[in-house]
Amino acid sequence: MATVKYTKEHEWVSIEGDTGTVGITDHAQEQLGDLVFIELPEVGKELGQGDEAAVVESVKAASEVYAPVSGEVTEVNEALNDNPALVNSEAETGGWMFKIKIADPSQLDALMDEASYRELLKEID
Amino acid sequence: MRYLPLTADDRREMLAAIGAASVDDLYRDVPKAARLDGPVDLPPHAGEMEVDRALSAMAAKNLPAAVAPSFLGAGIYRHHVPAAVDHLIQRGEFLTAYTPYQPEVSQGTLQYLFEFQTQVAMLTGSDVANASMYDGATSCAEAVMMACRITKRRKAVISGSLHPHYHDVTATSAKFFGVNLVSPGPDFAGTEDLAALIDGDTACVVVQNPDFFGRVRDFTALSEACQAAGALLVVVVTEMVSLGLIKSPGEMGADIVAAEGQSLGNAMNFGGPTVGVMTTRQKYLRQLPGRLVGETADADGRRGYVLTLSTREQHIRRDKATSNICTNSGLCALAFTIHLTLLGEVGFKRLAGLNHAAAVKLAGRLTGIEGVELLNDTYFNEFTLKLAKPAADVVEDLAGKGVFAGVPVSRLLPNAEGVENLLLVAVTETNTAEEMDRLVSGLEEVLR
Repeated sequence: MATVKYTKEHEWVSIEGDTGTVGITDHAQEQLGDLVFIELPEVGKELGQGDEAAVVESVKAASEVYAPVSGEVTEVNEALNDNPALVNSEAETGGWMFKIKIADPSQLDALMDEASYRELLKEID
Repeated sequence: MRYLPLTADDRREMLAAIGAASVDDLYRDVPKAARLDGPVDLPPHAGEMEVDRALSAMAAKNLPAAVAPSFLGAGIYRHHVPAAVDHLIQRGEFLTAYTPYQPEVSQGTLQYLFEFQTQVAMLTGSDVANASMYDGATSCAEAVMMACRITKRRKAVISGSLHPHYHDVTATSAKFFGVNLVSPGPDFAGTEDLAALIDGDTACVVVQNPDFFGRVRDFTALSEACQAAGALLVVVVTEMVSLGLIKSPGEMGADIVAAEGQSLGNAMNFGGPTVGVMTTRQKYLRQLPGRLVGETADADGRRGYVLTLSTREQHIRRDKATSNICTNSGLCALAFTIHLTLLGEVGFKRLAGLNHAAAVKLAGRLTGIEGVELLNDTYFNEFTLKLAKPAADVVEDLAGKGVFAGVPVSRLLPNAEGVENLLLVAVTETNTAEEMDRLVSGLEEVLR
């Protein structure tokens, strides 16, 4: 069973071994509205924690998606190129954006677990 | 009646608030040599009639290129603009409107910009065009920055046959975006090998067609070399009328086209304002700067126009925008569109044909003069002559005879070697047989 962690910028990362699968949370997609385009990172790109990894564009705004941990991008979700709305319908499952090879597992400790993230959302509301 | 809204007390109060001792104090960062230390030496005020008379007398000393026999080109061309163009663009809805920030209420503006984009895309052989830029030179600079974003590379190879002003504007932008420009230097011999300068860090190669010296080129092979190296080909066009006769940049494999649209619908305007044109491939649409108009249908299924993909732009995307341009040359673009619409496809091709035919005729006569050599092996409506005397002097002498013979290459490339005797001569449908006679006889006299 994979562990899922969350960032303050509303990304989630699901950890299996040294691979993290990254996407934006259901709350984030709800705030953005209908997504029309997603710019995914290139496979092989080295990202530092907090670096801009992807761009999600809705009808009204464009926002950055940041890397929750440092590492190399190993795979991107090509399905989003033809169907960005997948992030709206399945933000935390089929709407994943990229996989990253986690360079420093200790960075995960600073991220939130699901309970803390739910707390954060309550504070925002 | 006072026209100045501020009293001396107002001024004192404002200066005190910001801690300046005097109004002059506000200009202390301007070098002293550039400052005026006292009032301008002018006669005392005069009545409206006297002022009008004095200024009219001064204006009468000018020799306007719109009236005199003019063979000036080098990026700005004298073409006939039908009277209907000027009449239509002066409608208040067009003339006084600023770029639409609440765009959908301005359906007329959006519709003509959509037509403009369509015409531009067709002329350049491109998938998509934006709603225009400031001018050809800024389009060129934006094209280089765009290529750098797409390829994530930081070097641009600039042809030595690119208009020197375009090169300068691009260099200014490049300096602040950390882009490295590489150029083999002025190429009046037409022998540069740009493909040899492409490496793994090259974002794009920038060329011009017809080039600065008037040569008509085919960049298909260069486009293939770019593609093989993962670089983009940017093709600049400064005389869009040429596209009625020659292969379009799109057909040669251009990835981005940056052009000057002044030739259609717009007067020479002392070099500006004009209208910048920018196009690209569909796949690079999201990296294209500037405004984009799209056609859609409203809730009742009726045709309507919208500003689209605005998330690329500064007012939404802030510092991550594709460019700081948030406007376009709306009125000049409208003039372009009306002129081209009046010409139609057949008329536009005929216009291009007339230009080339006039150039062929004049080139034939000029090369018959002793001391005149034609450098071009190809040209559209502009070519480079090598004269027996310095071109700048010849142009001065002919201006004394009321004829604008052309643009000396040394004026635009002041530091280049071997250009002193080179003269750029442009011919359009506006040059009559009599004008050509005056140029030929004038040149014969000056070179004798």
